[in-house]
Parts: sequence; structure tokens; C-alpha cells
Amino acid sequence: MTDNNSEIFLQLNNISVVYSDVIQVLKGVSLTVEKHRIVSLLGSNGAGKTTTLKAISGLLKPENGKVTDGSIFFDGAYIQNSSPEEITRKGIIQVLEGRQPFKYLTIEENLKVGTATRWTRPYKKDLEMVYDYFPALTKRRKTLAGYCSGGELQMLVMGRALMAHPRLLLLDEPSLGLAPLVVREIFRIIRRINEEQGTTIILVEQNANMALQIAHYGYVMENGKIVMEGEAPALRENPDVKEFYLGVSAGGKTRTYKDIKSYRRRKRWL
Amino acid sequence: MDFFIQLLVNGLSIGLLYGLSAMGFVMIFKSSSVLNFAHGELLAMGAFLFLVLTTWAGLPVYLAFLITLAGSFVLGFAVERLFLRPLIGESLIFVIMLTVGLASIFKGLLLFFFGGNLHTYPEFLPAGLGLQFGNVLIPPVYVASSFIGIVFLVLFGLFFKFSPQGIFMRSVADNQTAALSLGVHVKKVFALSWAIAAMVAGMSGIVLGVINGINVHEISAIGLKVFPVVILGGLDSIGGAIIGGIIIGLLETFTCGYISPSLRDVVPYAVLVCILLIKPYGLFGLVEIERV
Repeated sequence: MTDNNSEIFLQLNNISVVYSDVIQVLKGVSLTVEKHRIVSLLGSNGAGKTTTLKAISGLLKPENGKVTDGSIFFDGAYIQNSSPEEITRKGIIQVLEGRQPFKYLTIEENLKVGTATRWTRPYKKDLEMVYDYFPALTKRRKTLAGYCSGGELQMLVMGRALMAHPRLLLLDEPSLGLAPLVVREIFRIIRRINEEQGTTIILVEQNANMALQIAHYGYVMENGKIVMEGEAPALRENPDVKEFYLGVSAGGKTRTYKDIKSYRRRKRWL
Repeated sequence: MDFFIQLLVNGLSIGLLYGLSAMGFVMIFKSSSVLNFAHGELLAMGAFLFLVLTTWAGLPVYLAFLITLAGSFVLGFAVERLFLRPLIGESLIFVIMLTVGLASIFKGLLLFFFGGNLHTYPEFLPAGLGLQFGNVLIPPVYVASSFIGIVFLVLFGLFFKFSPQGIFMRSVADNQTAALSLGVHVKKVFALSWAIAAMVAGMSGIVLGVINGINVHEISAIGLKVFPVVILGGLDSIGGAIIGGIIIGLLETFTCGYISPSLRDVVPYAVLVCILLIKPYGLFGLVEIERV
């Protein structure tokens, strides 16, 4: 796997995204993703993480958003502003934020929708694979998704994406609103998918601690820009990341009026 | 008692037709949130296409029936492709005005070619198809329409439950963004729901034409009955559309038989208003699944 590590799979080159022709959300984002790696995208609310994912997957269009500048290069072709139908067929599948199951379809039907990108659909084997990754779903096959728990739904939407045989999987906050134990389970599975299927993964997370444990590389976003990047272990040790995203202050001591200083330090990134 | 059963059977078979054509209407609404005001005209187009094929072209009935279904399918597909697709993303009122416009174009075309008179199909149903239970006689038309209605119902049930295309259609109706993120061809689904809706409407048009004779105004007015039907059943429930159709069909025939034929079109609406007072979203509408 180490040989492939240097291969550039996805490259965002200075992209800007504008919604409804006026609201600029991304202001020149560049990032590179190498094959078979997990890349984590961190940042506070409204930093533009989700928008970045949607720019890659083509889902900006239905929301009246557009990549106005820059280019997105995936596996030998430019894909900025292609339609979601084309992009998904190239192997980029996004798992949307906040678990969006098809509520009135059963678990198994939900999974079958994941085969939409493939013409020939021998999906039996894929179902086995998904149930192997997410054993919790096996018992719920015939249940309407609307009646499943949050953890089950997160597994469902990830399983649904796996049915499409993604080459690049975009995960938007898989830990959102889940119990800590379930979060750990989900992250373990993400790593397993990456190791066993060789799927390249971009992981958007608020839970920086968890994300940096499984990711190989990380980017930090703020206000529509990338403000920091680095190998995951290095990021974990970075004092700013530690303070703002991991919630540990430098000496482990509680801060008092030094807070003002840290606010300034944060401002410098903008 | 015999009279009651007679009315019940007639009501059920008419109601099934209403339900089926309402199902097409609901399908379009659910997948693309478009209210199709040209639905009645789609019925009429089917009825007249069948008329042309049987009388003028002189084709055998079963062949004419199949060609009409195929023709209506293509018509629905073309309508979506040519008129609806450019309006995707525009506000609802434009889309509704477009369907109103389409309705008058279709109606105008039919009036231009066939005039406003009553046409009839040649007698083609064998008399042996009628069923006799004691004193109750079910005319061939009703037997045939019930049979066709049930066949279509079962076919669509299987289609939506098991075929990939059917599951994709349901997924789009359920959560369009999620379907898009998985690479479902949402536009194809729109086109397919128009095509299927037009096909079922064409089928209903033929059967209604056999029962009542074919007249542009009358058939398109019957098509407008999908509105009470879908509102009764709940605008977003396919099962509700079928049951709503059967209820309206029964109400009509019972009013016709026990009260007065002239009240036929009024009583269903009166009942509709009463039901809406109690259940504002219709009988089966909007049962949002809430997780607890």
C-alpha cells in the first residue's frame, strides 16, 4: 500500500463556491487526497467543510451553488460542476450529514438503492459484505428505516454508500448525535473499510480527537479557507489544534485570563 | 338487497379506475411535487387514441389496447421531456400554469379533430363476459374493468416493491437529495412517473369511454375527479389514492341509485368536506414516521 501512497487521487485547486450567485462560502480551497488514505477535514460550524464535500460530489447544483473558480481533478479528469449522476458513476459517493435514510423503505431496500450507479446489479454479494461490516443491520432487514435508531441509521447510510463500490467515500459527520460507544464502533468500521477495501475516504468531523486517530492526514478549515494541514500525528500534537479542537490546553492547566490571548492567536488564521 | 349488491359492484369497479388514475397523479406529485392539472386530458387522449385505432384503423381490440397503452406511455414521457424538464427548479406556480396550459392544448386538439359530440366504440366485449349471480347481473364492461384494474394494481404493487426502477422511484419520492447522492437518475425517475401516469390514465380513459361513451368534455371532467380522490386519500399516499378512488366510486353509484342521479357529482364533494374537517391531511396523508 505504501507504494500507492504518493499517487494523487483527488485534487482541489483553489476552488471558490458561491451560493445563489451572491453568497461566497469557499474562498480558494486547495487540498490533495492520495489514494487509499483517510483524510480528515476539521473545522468549526460554518467553516465550509460540508460545502467542500458537496463541491466534490456535485450536490451543490440542487442547492443553487456553483464552483465559480478553480478546478477539481479526480482520477485523471476535471469534474468541477459535473452533474451528481456523472460524478457518482466515477466512483465518488457522499454520505450526507445527519443520516438521510429513505424512511419509508426497508433497510434492505435502502441498501438496494446504493446499486443505482451500476448497470449490472448482482447485489447479493454486496449485501453480504455490508451485513458483515454492520452486523446490527442484519436483524433489521425488513424494518422500515424510519423506525430504526440513530446508530443503526448511520450504519445504514454508510452501508448504502458501500453498495455503490465507491473509490472515494465522502463522510459528512458520521458521529453526529451518537453515543460515544457507537461513535467508536463507527470509526473502527471506517478504518476497516479503508484497510480492507482500499477505499479512499474524506472524513468531515467535529470530533477531531476521533477523526485524527484514524486519519492519515488532516486539514483544518476556517471561514471557507484551509488554515492548517499536516500528517495526523503532527496535527494531534499541534498546540492550536489541541486547544481549539481537542479541548486540551497546553500544560493541561485550566486557563484563566489567557483566553484573550488565545482568541488573538485564533484570529491570525483568518 | 340485489340492488345494493349491484350498486356495490358497479361502484367498486368504477372506483378502482378512479383510484388507478389518481395513483398516476399521486406518483407525479410524490416524485416531482408537480400537481398535474392536465390529468383529465391524459385520460381523454387515451380514450380517443383507442377510438382512432379501433374504428378508423380497424385494428383488433387487444392490439389497439396495447398500442394505446404504449402511445400514452410515450406521450407522458414526451410531455415531461419537452415541457416539464426545463422548468425543474422553477417555482411551483409556473409548473402548475404549464399543466393548465397543456390541458387546454390537449382539449383544443381533441375538439379540433373529433368535435364535441359523443362517440362510441364498436361493441367488442363478448356478452358472455357478464356475470350472473341470482338476480344480480354484472355487465361485461364492469367485469372487464375490474379485471384490468386488479391486474394493473398487482403489477404496480410488484413493480414498486421488487424492481430496481420501482425502488429508485420510491427513494426519490422519499428523499431526493439522498437519492441524488447515491447516483439515482432523478430526471429519469420524473420521466418514468409521467410515462406511467399517462399510461394508466389512458387505460382508465378507454374503460370510462366504454362505460359512458367518449366525449372530450365529459372524460376530462371525470379526470378532474382525481382531485377529490387524492385529497380524500391524502396527497402523498399511493395506497390512499386507490382507497380514496374506491370510496368516491361507491359514493357516486350509491347516490345515483338511492338518491338521485343529478346529485351524483355533489355528494362525493360534500362527504369530502366532512372528512377533511376531521382529518385535514386526508385519510392516509402525511403519516410522518417519527423516531422515538
